[in-house]
Amino acid sequence: MGKYFGKKLAIYLATFFVAVTINWLIPRFMPGDPILSMLAQFQGLEGGQEIIQSRFVQSFGLDQPLIYQYLNFWRSLFRGDLGVSITIYPRPVIDIIRNSILFDIIVVLPAVSLSWIIGNKAGAFSGFNKKADSFLMPFFYFLTSSPYFWFAIVVVYVFGIRLNIFPTSHAYSSGMTPGFTLPFIINFIRHWFLPFFTMFLVGLGGWAIGMRNMIIYEKKANYSEYMKSLGAKDKMVRRYAFRNGVLPQVTGLAIQLGTIISGAILVQMVFSYPGLGYRMVQAVQNQDYFLLQGSFLALITMALAANFIVDIVYMIIDPRIRASYKEEK
Amino acid sequence: MFLWKKIKNNENIYYAITNVKVQIGFSLFFLIVLLAIIGPMITRYTYTEFAGPGYHPPSGDYWFGTTLQGRDVFTQTVFGLRSTILVGFIGGLIASFIGVIIGLVAGYKGGLLDEALMMLTNVVLTFPTLAVLIIVAAYLPYRGIVNMAVLVGLTVWPWTARAVRSQAMSLKSSRFVDLSRISANNVFRILFEDIAANMFSYIFMVFILQFMGTILATVGLEFLGLGPTRGISLGLIMQNAVNWNALELGMWWWGIIPGLILTFMIVSLYFINTGLDEAFNPKLREF
Repeated sequence: MGKYFGKKLAIYLATFFVAVTINWLIPRFMPGDPILSMLAQFQGLEGGQEIIQSRFVQSFGLDQPLIYQYLNFWRSLFRGDLGVSITIYPRPVIDIIRNSILFDIIVVLPAVSLSWIIGNKAGAFSGFNKKADSFLMPFFYFLTSSPYFWFAIVVVYVFGIRLNIFPTSHAYSSGMTPGFTLPFIINFIRHWFLPFFTMFLVGLGGWAIGMRNMIIYEKKANYSEYMKSLGAKDKMVRRYAFRNGVLPQVTGLAIQLGTIISGAILVQMVFSYPGLGYRMVQAVQNQDYFLLQGSFLALITMALAANFIVDIVYMIIDPRIRASYKEEK
Repeated sequence: MFLWKKIKNNENIYYAITNVKVQIGFSLFFLIVLLAIIGPMITRYTYTEFAGPGYHPPSGDYWFGTTLQGRDVFTQTVFGLRSTILVGFIGGLIASFIGVIIGLVAGYKGGLLDEALMMLTNVVLTFPTLAVLIIVAAYLPYRGIVNMAVLVGLTVWPWTARAVRSQAMSLKSSRFVDLSRISANNVFRILFEDIAANMFSYIFMVFILQFMGTILATVGLEFLGLGPTRGISLGLIMQNAVNWNALELGMWWWGIIPGLILTFMIVSLYFINTGLDEAFNPKLREF
């Protein structure tokens, strides 16, 4: 297990390293010096001079050797200095990220876990039930084929405009003051529901299809046939097939995480839901490069953390890895 | 009839074209490609032209309705479809190519090279593709269809590499590969003539999935306004619809129809893929 973990950790560190390097490299070497023109804007603002002198900005400075600039970027990163946003001046980027990340987690985490659990169940049902499969399967394919943002548009139209039962943008009404009051919480949940629902349904299709295919494969496997010939109950055969199908689905979760986070960015754009993805795209539109870099880094870190959790889950449920752990001890 | 006999002799192709899912998928895909080819020829408008009254629901004159400004949504959709299919095709080719090569080499060679290549694959896999593409596209002043496709193709290949690698690993211990090795064939010949040739059907399916992956990633970028700087695309139509509050104004046709066609195209590709999987994999066939 130590080896398994060490390998994973190496991958995460390498990914983080590449992400930080991309983050410094691209703005630094893009033609047209985008950073320089943004700094020119800072000059006119109150306190702007100080920002330009900060170590973070110095890491893009032209008067130092490149390697120093690069190292400076890392140093300011570890001190939590990601520069200052120009659209929401003079708020530090790290501050904006800290506020946005909650909105990502609160939508993505329940949507992914619920769609994974229910999708697996639905897929197993479809795989065992030939009649239901003939109309469930096209439905699942339709869900998983929908681009996240298009499905969000459909959901907005149906639930927000036609039926008019849910608000369709922002995380809470503009008149509300955030706090633990009942009206605010209700308001918040009503705004939260549609982005969650979109991510849940699009995700569900993919997991269901994956499990359905696994089940069809497993129920032809020798152990299933053998159990049946011994007279085992259908329920028991199903349970074993399901358990065998779950493992690749966990691996699938790790592979899909990138796509899911990409989907979250798009869904947030449709609902103007102020998570990291929304901030990132806003930053692109306003040419707020420090905020762009900061939210990119935060998204990557989030993806890494999610991968780490999936790894731990995999270890817990895969008996083979557990067994090898005992042997090592 | 002679052709039919020939097809019948080839088990794989026979099972592929008699599979119902493949047939449904292909017909749907064919219809949509036809729309992309013929649509721009038969439309009376151009996609930038103010074709008629704004806020017009689908009708005989404006098949998919018009935008708020009076542009024809049908014209925009068919032109956008062309660009989307083109990007998907180029990007899918690039992604499949990279994925297959890395997977083949890593699986066949093994050892340190395998470790290094898989490390690279896992790093790229962990990245949320869209976030990386946003960063790169944001700093690119000019974006054309081809460099968009290349950009997307460069980021969506990792799962192919992993899948091809495991296939190559199981094939490399087979007798005909051993024989090839004893005959002192060079590595390229073994890789392409023995290993790749034996998973050709698999590689074809990989291409279909990469085609889809590229399309979805590209349309997402277009929706964020980071698509090709000139021309029209499906993502851009939907972005405009959202920006102009089309849904709040009840203009469902503007935002929903282009996406619906795109979704149907992806569904058709999934059907082809699943059908081919059943055809090539006898274990799944009888269901």
